[in-house]
Amino acid sequence: MALDSKIPEGPLKDKWTNYKNQIDLVNPANKRNIDVIVVGTGLAGASASASLAELGYNVKTFCFQDSPRRAHSIAAQGGINAAKNYQGDGDSTYRLFYDTVKGGDYRSREANVYRLAEVSANIIDQCVAQGVPFARDYGGLLDNRSFGGVLVSRTFYAKGQTGQQLLLGAYSALSRQIAKGKVEMHNRHEMLDLVKVDGKARGIIARNLVTGEIQRHSAHAVVIASGGYGNVFFLSTNAMGSNVTAAWKAHKKGAHMANPCFTQIHPTCIPVSGGFQSKLTLMSESLRNDGRIWVPKKMEDAKAIQAGTLKGKDIAEENRDYYLERRYPAFGNLVPRDVASRAAKERCDAGFGVNKTGEAVYLDFKSAIVRYGKQEAFVHGNKNPSDAEIQTLGKAAVAAKYGNLFQMYEKITDENPYEMPMKIYPAVHYTMGGLWVDYDLMTDIPGCYAAGEANFSDHGANRLGASALMQGLADGYFVLPYTIGNYLSKDIRTGEIPNDSAEFMAAEKEVKARIDGFMNAKGTKPVDHFHMRLGKLMWENCGMARNAEGLQKGMKEIKALKEEFFANVRIPGVANGVNQELEKAGRVADLMELGELMCKDALERSESCGGHFREESVELDGIQKGEAKRDDENFSFVSAWQWNGESGKQELIKEPLEFKDIAVKQRSYK
Amino acid sequence: MKLLLKIWRQNGPQDKGKMVDYNVDGIEGDMSFLEMMDVLNSQLIEKGDEPVIFDHDCREGICGSCSMFINGEAHGPGRNVTTCQLHMRSFKDGETIFIEPWRAEAFPVIKDLMVDRSAFDRIIQAGGYVSVNTSGNTQDANSLPIPKEDADLAFDAATCIGCGACVATCKNASAMLFTSAKISQLSLLPQGQVEAKERVINMVNQMDLEGFGNCTNTGACEVECPKGISLDNIARMNREYLSATAKGKK
Ligand SMILES: Cc1cc2nc3c(=O)[nH]c(=O)nc-3n(C[C@H](O)[C@H](O)[C@H](O)COP(=O)(O)OP(=O)(O)OC[C@H]3O[C@@H](n4cnc5c(N)ncnc54)[C@H](O)[C@@H]3O)c2cc1C
Ligand code: SF4
Ligand code: FES
Repeated sequence: MALDSKIPEGPLKDKWTNYKNQIDLVNPANKRNIDVIVVGTGLAGASASASLAELGYNVKTFCFQDSPRRAHSIAAQGGINAAKNYQGDGDSTYRLFYDTVKGGDYRSREANVYRLAEVSANIIDQCVAQGVPFARDYGGLLDNRSFGGVLVSRTFYAKGQTGQQLLLGAYSALSRQIAKGKVEMHNRHEMLDLVKVDGKARGIIARNLVTGEIQRHSAHAVVIASGGYGNVFFLSTNAMGSNVTAAWKAHKKGAHMANPCFTQIHPTCIPVSGGFQSKLTLMSESLRNDGRIWVPKKMEDAKAIQAGTLKGKDIAEENRDYYLERRYPAFGNLVPRDVASRAAKERCDAGFGVNKTGEAVYLDFKSAIVRYGKQEAFVHGNKNPSDAEIQTLGKAAVAAKYGNLFQMYEKITDENPYEMPMKIYPAVHYTMGGLWVDYDLMTDIPGCYAAGEANFSDHGANRLGASALMQGLADGYFVLPYTIGNYLSKDIRTGEIPNDSAEFMAAEKEVKARIDGFMNAKGTKPVDHFHMRLGKLMWENCGMARNAEGLQKGMKEIKALKEEFFANVRIPGVANGVNQELEKAGRVADLMELGELMCKDALERSESCGGHFREESVELDGIQKGEAKRDDENFSFVSAWQWNGESGKQELIKEPLEFKDIAVKQRSYK
Repeated sequence: MKLLLKIWRQNGPQDKGKMVDYNVDGIEGDMSFLEMMDVLNSQLIEKGDEPVIFDHDCREGICGSCSMFINGEAHGPGRNVTTCQLHMRSFKDGETIFIEPWRAEAFPVIKDLMVDRSAFDRIIQAGGYVSVNTSGNTQDANSLPIPKEDADLAFDAATCIGCGACVATCKNASAMLFTSAKISQLSLLPQGQVEAKERVINMVNQMDLEGFGNCTNTGACEVECPKGISLDNIARMNREYLSATAKGKK
């Protein structure tokens, strides 16, 4: 079956306006009789819940944490993009659209991205009206910073806690609707299946994580805003609970998974320190505005550092290799994430890594401290500052900008980044892939929508920094309220959806059987044991660089691991009460199936694009030698995978990508 | 390193609960406190015992899930850290560590170290927002400049992660620091002015309804707060409350 992305007719810049003018609306009296389920309370889910409730729908919202405020959006640090052009540096809706499509290596849908850029400015207005305390300059106006892969300053931020502030804004809007009785909030509940009635999404099966009760919840539409699935790699910057279950259940009920192999490996994370590690911590990309990335030029220096006999700060300027500045003079340290990550891996693979495992590079603020120190001295009338004065003033200036990040780094590593260059290494961070959605953000199950990181829509093969927060809020505040209304306008006569139909009962039974299966497993190993092994084999075979042989091996190994898991896992305790091992078991089982599909997708796509780097597809000569080689002739499409009853046996359906308003170019940051 | 852990085990809200001893070995200084707990839990599971239940998610000090009372201190030794940011290098080989849940009437234990903090959500629902719809019909974000100083103070108050360490630390189990942080954030911004009076009254009432105790100015909450939320916020809230009630709004 071909996929219909339902892109509205007309010129790119008018599509969304035309769409909004032409959709059917639901009158307020009817909205009261319509229920919508939202799974997730991150930026996407919380904003969607609040907005839909304000419009008058009855909303039932779910999250697995003890409060909606703890969704992983809370951890986003650096900022949120918006085409406000407050800095007057040439930004515009078109430029944000262009940067996003280019940054995504021409693997996203023009119309969706344009709409995102178009509504972006309004997000900032909305958040300010809610009391989100963005950073401001001394004139009291909003401040901006710049992020990787672009040449303008369009990122709004709240120190290193932008996600927290935006999420608390959305949470406050959600809380207001909970207080009004328009949102029924289900904390500590996990969606374990999607229920379809007559082909339409009509509800979910959820488990109360405190009592273990299995519940049937019905609605006229279901929004999945369950976040990303980076935890398939076990170690990632995601929260421990981040998972794919909600999206995966929808997939198994017929929703296509799109571009599952497109994973973002973030270049600036704190390196792995031991085998016990449970998660990785991101150091915001904003650090690359002032920090310079380097490794030693000489192999003997690198060896000495790895052995612990030499310190990075003692290496002379001329013996440092600022490899990003060397390879990409136009963008330098601000190249997009995929490029920066691969470059780090390349240096470390060549033996120049700077910690005991050889898997780290330096991020150094030495020059920034001196530059800011001189500037501050000058501003304060000191035309002839001493080195000590420069250091003091410079460190204070750096602290004002990045203080909390430096503090976080020091807490984790026990090293002072003002004195010693930071050590960083790439880590899994974000998943561009996700549920396939059309222009309405609807999956190919009627009435089942996907928003935020859970869908695949806007970032192509690589996401630009500060664009996920923008997308989550755009989806929830400004897109879904229109598109869902259009769908629900045909449902006003349906009446309440019964939750005891055969379909609901069957789904409930299946969920219970699966739980019984886990509880009765006769093994001895904790779930984490399998999760770690899954992560390791995904990282090795489907990580920063991929090849056909590794991907095939990966698929085979996951299959074997899956069998071992079901035979050998042990879930202590009971199912009718708090049981965190049981929760994990369900999530890891789904992640394993997802892992298989990711390898399959990566194998199918034998080009390199964005975060997906196939070793078989690199430029062989010219100034781009060694860089990723995209293949537009054969791969300018979205890979949408259709479930066929068995894991790893999905069928590929291609949604061709057309670029009418943007010239497709080789992505060069040289 | 080797450690002796004394951990609160409680099977459910009705269970009486007790401290149970556990030995762990092979703990490294670079491990976080929760990674040490992972090691213990793996051991328990392999033996067929139930793992210790605790809340956690982001493991980077921002979601506010983790909540352990360690050696008599909320989030353990060390200032400005959450439990997940505490590293084992803060402990010595052979040490005995006491691990308990937050204890407060308004935070009933669900199981082991996991407590119910939904009272915090209800305090926010009572007024911790600006009543503006998300329809997008708002004025341009820069049409109303806000002095940097106010914006920065509002931000500082807004960094509260809702962990509840303040309540767990306070001998009266007062939620003043948490509540005042939200009230301060909104009262420092022009957007929050319109509803300022109802907000402070409703939120303070809700706090009392939930069974949190009174503030007697001991300041322990500020010391244990992982985000360094300042006592000034409580003073600001008290001023707001006084002025709201003085104008006969109550
Ligand atoms: C450390 C870090 C820093 C980042 N920094 C930035 C940044 O500076 N700028 C930027 O633009 N982006 C950033 N990102 C990316 C961005 O934060 C995320 O992509 C975005 O916040 C995801 O939002 P979301 O609403 O889709 O999902 P989430 O915020 O992850 O929320 C998922 C929700 O779904 C719920 N859920 C999941 N499964 C179930 C289930 N089965 N049943 C019930 N509920 C379920 C969860 O409880 C949660 O409420 C960062 C990401 C990380 C990890
Ligand atoms: S005020 Fe501090 S201790 Fe209290 S909930 Fe907020 S962050 Fe936690
Ligand atoms: S786990 Fe999120 S703050 Fe500790």
